[in-house]
Amino acid sequence: MLQMDEIQKRILREVADLHDVPEGAYNIRANGKSAGRASTANIEIIPREDGQGLTIKIKPGTKNESVHIPVVMSESGIKETVYNDFYIGEGSDVIIVAGCGIDNCGNQDSQHDGIHRFFVGKDSKVKYVEKHYGSGDGKGKRILNPVTEVYMEDNSTCEMEMVQIKGVDDTERTTRAELKEGAKLIVRERLMTHGDQRAISIYKVDMNGEGSNADVVSRSVARDSSYQKFDAVLTGNAPCSGHTECDAIIMDNGRILAVPGLEANDVDAALVHEAAIGKIAGDQIIKLMTLGLTEEEAEEQIINGFLK
Amino acid sequence: MLELKNISFGVDADEGHKEIIRDVSMVIPDDKLIVITGPNGGGKSTLARLIAGIEKPDEGRILFDGEDITDMTITDRARKGIGFAFQQPVRFKGIEVFDLIRLATGRKISAADACKYLSSVGLCARDYINREVNSSLSGGELKRIEIATILAKAPKLSVFDEPEAGIDLWSFKNLIEVFEGMRRDIKGSSILIISHQERILEIADEIMVIKEGRLAEGGSRDEILPGLMDTPSAVRECSMVSGNVK
Repeated sequence: MLQMDEIQKRILREVADLHDVPEGAYNIRANGKSAGRASTANIEIIPREDGQGLTIKIKPGTKNESVHIPVVMSESGIKETVYNDFYIGEGSDVIIVAGCGIDNCGNQDSQHDGIHRFFVGKDSKVKYVEKHYGSGDGKGKRILNPVTEVYMEDNSTCEMEMVQIKGVDDTERTTRAELKEGAKLIVRERLMTHGDQRAISIYKVDMNGEGSNADVVSRSVARDSSYQKFDAVLTGNAPCSGHTECDAIIMDNGRILAVPGLEANDVDAALVHEAAIGKIAGDQIIKLMTLGLTEEEAEEQIINGFLK
Repeated sequence: MLELKNISFGVDADEGHKEIIRDVSMVIPDDKLIVITGPNGGGKSTLARLIAGIEKPDEGRILFDGEDITDMTITDRARKGIGFAFQQPVRFKGIEVFDLIRLATGRKISAADACKYLSSVGLCARDYINREVNSSLSGGELKRIEIATILAKAPKLSVFDEPEAGIDLWSFKNLIEVFEGMRRDIKGSSILIISHQERILEIADEIMVIKEGRLAEGGSRDEILPGLMDTPSAVRECSMVSGNVK
């Protein structure tokens, strides 16, 4: 059993869909300390000596195993930077679930900056899921600034799902990736901001190997007076293909800046970007109203679908 | 029963106020399939949108089962039992066919229930139930899904705005079968179709002709249809599809 209070358990459910100790390898960090940890025969979790992070080693050929490393913070005023390194052995197929939830009822800011580095071995397959969640009605801000670095060896695949739907006041997310021959990176970001929140997403993907492929897609909704910036640069340094897309719904007094960037340094690099920002189409609302939904219910359904 | 009483509607255009519907009165009785036809630009689709509440009339009243619904919202009219199928169905990113059908029924339904409605419009339910209602669907597929939402809603009054627009000949034949099926089970409800397709006019109980915003004529199919043949108000299906299929 985990030594956690009810608030921490609630946050854990939000960010990792976990009710208790997960199967497989895990480390649960609560208010700056480990609240539970387990390694398995194939996945070793080693704490760093300074206590600020983990080294996670996944043996070559590890298949269908998972690692959970959620972070929950329920005390106001904690500021921490955590370094987690993942070494994923050749020919593995694993799921890594991270995520951070902050409940801040106090007046001091709470901040968690997770620096994650992934070394994805040849022919390996990784699915990475990261959810951010904030709650609590204190004046203190909930701040998350994740940095993710992905180094992909030949023919490896990395699928990243990044979700932040509620309650995080300020985020600056930076994701950098380097792809070797035949490596494939898929990023799906879903973001909703409200109130006075600010969320910045920066992606920098270098496709260095022949046949590498990157697909970075963001769907977001900016409500109230919130601000979002999506800045994705794909660089093709070899025969490769890349696609980046920002699809955003703007509401109320929200503001969104999309800065898609492409750089081709090889004649066989095929790069595409798409960006669209707009309010919910009036016809969509009308259609759902003709099915008996109110205008508000229609908006809710449209946004839920869009961010699904 | 739906009653339109002296409905007028106009829009403000660059060249001043433009009347689109002029003093139209008509009754859509229960247990009947009514087709409104007439030349393009005559105001047919506007009339359908006025009934659904998407537009509000400048003058006149709309009564549904005796109740004045003129000032009601689209939502309230939908809840009273008016269904509306769009001429150009709307696309939604992320909303699946199943979601849309579930919302149309207004209750929790199983995938098997939803499949029933898709099968009725000639779609292989298994292939479509989890598809997103987005631009990956063709015009004909969207149209059938739109009609499936009306079947799922099972309204007292179903309004179809040019259901044949944007579909291929095969889908059109299937569409006629769907309407014939609805026609058989019409008891206690009514169907209003905006169309100038001869095949649709042929299954009507009554036909109304709207020209230049006015009700030019109206009556039983046998009275009205012969006079419309080979006019823009009754178009044969082969002239709607290029590359006629033998």
